[in-house]
Amino acid sequence: MAGLLCAIVVIHSYYEPEPTPDRLSSYYDPPIKAGIAMSMAWAVFAMFVGVWVALLLAWPELTFDQPWAGFGRLRPVHTTGVIFGFGGNALIATSFHVMQRTSRARMPDQISPWFVLAGYNLFCILSVSGYFIGITQSKEYAEAEWYADIWLVIVWVTYFVLYIRTIARRKEPHIYVANWYFLAFILVVAILHIVNNIAVPVSIGHAKSYTVWAGVQDAMVQWWYGHNAVAFFLTAGFLGMLYYYLPVRAQRPIFSYRLSILSFWGITFFYMWAGSHHLHYTALPHWVQTLGMTFSVMLLVPSWASAGNALLTLNGAWHRVRDDATLRFMMVAAVFYGLSTFEGSFMAIRPVNSLSHYTDWTVGHVHAGALGWVALITFGSFYTLVPSLWKRERMYSAGLVEVHFWLALAGTLVYVFAMWNSGVIQGLMWRTYTKEGTLAYSFLDSLVAMRPYYVARAFGGILFLAGAIVGSYNIWMTVRAVPQAADTGKDAPQPEKVAVAGE
Amino acid sequence: MAVEERDPVSGRKTTGHEWNGITELDTPVPKGVLIFLIVTHVFAVLWWFLMPTWPLGTSYTKGFLGVNQHSTVEEKLVTAQAGRASWMNRIEAESFEQVLADPQLMSIVESTGHRLFGDNCAACHGVDGKGRANYPNLTDDDWLWGGSVETIAETMRVGINTEHPESRFAQMPSFGVDGTLNREEISKAATYVYSLSHPEFSTEEVKKKIESGKEVFQANCAFCHGEDARGNQEIGAPNLADARWLYGGDLQTIVDTIHGGRQGHMPTWDERLTEGEIKILALYVHSLSKEMR
Repeated sequence: MAGLLCAIVVIHSYYEPEPTPDRLSSYYDPPIKAGIAMSMAWAVFAMFVGVWVALLLAWPELTFDQPWAGFGRLRPVHTTGVIFGFGGNALIATSFHVMQRTSRARMPDQISPWFVLAGYNLFCILSVSGYFIGITQSKEYAEAEWYADIWLVIVWVTYFVLYIRTIARRKEPHIYVANWYFLAFILVVAILHIVNNIAVPVSIGHAKSYTVWAGVQDAMVQWWYGHNAVAFFLTAGFLGMLYYYLPVRAQRPIFSYRLSILSFWGITFFYMWAGSHHLHYTALPHWVQTLGMTFSVMLLVPSWASAGNALLTLNGAWHRVRDDATLRFMMVAAVFYGLSTFEGSFMAIRPVNSLSHYTDWTVGHVHAGALGWVALITFGSFYTLVPSLWKRERMYSAGLVEVHFWLALAGTLVYVFAMWNSGVIQGLMWRTYTKEGTLAYSFLDSLVAMRPYYVARAFGGILFLAGAIVGSYNIWMTVRAVPQAADTGKDAPQPEKVAVAGE
Repeated sequence: MAVEERDPVSGRKTTGHEWNGITELDTPVPKGVLIFLIVTHVFAVLWWFLMPTWPLGTSYTKGFLGVNQHSTVEEKLVTAQAGRASWMNRIEAESFEQVLADPQLMSIVESTGHRLFGDNCAACHGVDGKGRANYPNLTDDDWLWGGSVETIAETMRVGINTEHPESRFAQMPSFGVDGTLNREEISKAATYVYSLSHPEFSTEEVKKKIESGKEVFQANCAFCHGEDARGNQEIGAPNLADARWLYGGDLQTIVDTIHGGRQGHMPTWDERLTEGEIKILALYVHSLSKEMR
């Protein structure tokens, strides 16, 4: 069904009237609008499921005795829904926008962007529907089975080719930093996805497959994938977003081009090595763990350089940060990016990891990044992008943006502090010995100690979800109810000679 | 076509490129960043020298500290075991009476037993040992197989209805499903059993039913549960005359039990726990029920 719908979307665009030659004087934006809508829809759905799984940990009876509502099935629905549904659609939409604007070039055709967007959402629906009925390859963040994986490869290669073709048509001599990050994101995610998902299906008519990687190699490939999914999907892609929408909103030049270079190459090089820090104190050879740990530490400064570059860009625009919740979204996102990259490098140090690993601290760390960085930068970017994309004077309600900002920030803080507390308590309880030399607490004791924090975490999640709903409503009303802005004619790929004259 | 401009806020020049209004300043990388970059790299290189790090074909650089995670764990386990040996050896060697008489050992049993119970027994019997529907309460004085420390230890060692060669075995037959008793007989027997723990139920009206139920009971149930229905700990047959019920003591549940039978399962801990740990847990469980009395 979903596949058919997507096919209709793509085929429909094929039968659109032959574009007029003057199309080249405008950007091709409809897929971006659809991408934003899909992203917000996924956000509300998947954050709702997130709240549900959070509540399940405090009140396990909330499965209502339904097999599809068990924690093990809902949890990948949540993670896939927010990372790939919400985050992925946001990245596709903003990258389509940024690549056209910074290249001053229209996308080379009108079918492939629709194919990428619809195909990508089909992948999300294929994988999520599978999790509900228990189809999973049990690899974290790569649960989708082989049929969905193969489909994603086709979609993703099309995405990469589309991006390259647009860049190739650019009318700017240099490629802007945001495009480096978006390209790194698309290229590396393709590599990660393919290598981690090489598997042999039981039969062509069967959903189950077996991975070709075995034992500790499988674990290593999985976490090389998992960590670089964080690096290139949740970091590089969203840095591309930050590098465009933050300076646009702040109306300031990027603080330092050289810092951009340092952080870009630092991040792309060091992240690749860091995955093994997910496997400290396991069957993975000690020397691989050391490499993962030390490269994680060396990664810190390039990561902070990005966050610092973003914050220093705001010099001269801090009054705007104070008055404009949209810009504040992006500022706080940069702060959380800095915080969670520091935390990540710190947790990668083996002795620290021996306390933090397998505890809620990890969950808190992930959400400091996912809520504080990824979601906030996305909302900030959307609030910047939506009025200009739909050619509206402004957002429907600046007050609701403000409400969303405080809900999101409060939700993130409640969530992260609850998980820090719970994680550290958990880690300490697991390693506390009595003076006689036996463990002081049973595992169940630690669960009892976690419960208040699980309730608090669910509350934080509800705040964040409420913010996403407010944001969706605000975007919806902006499109429906806000009057058209006067066309300045500036948001268009102009012929080169005009541009030269303009400079 | 690059046109460099000066930014009025920072006083820096731009790189001269412009993308849809975005420009970049040509600010050099701040010194602090470079210093911090060097610090992290020095830390990493030092760590490489100290720890196993770089692969060399089939081997790897071992590091000056000679640390290896496998030997580290093994050493820690040996040290930990040695730390526990002083009291663990005594618990293993001494009889239950001797341990029970030693307050120092019993305080260790208390703290260690809590942890062992939580990780191994609490899933069924509850963190507090009070059990729940279908899982026996271990804190009262009502025992299926006996509540002496020795018996508890034996129950843990071999389990109930397990694969262990010496397993305890107990089964309540399904009198209804097997056709041994008809509906009416089951109803009568259940009424009789129910009346044992509910004297007020023995009104004039039901008295006759209870009387005939007693006959059914004596013919079919007394062999295991005893003529007085007070059970038999030799074969794990529960006392039916008290107010404590494993599967529920209301009339309908008793009918269900007689009709469909019951067979519980207690795992064997013979190979999962050491002899010392089983002894500690037996003492701990014993102490739980003593507190209640």
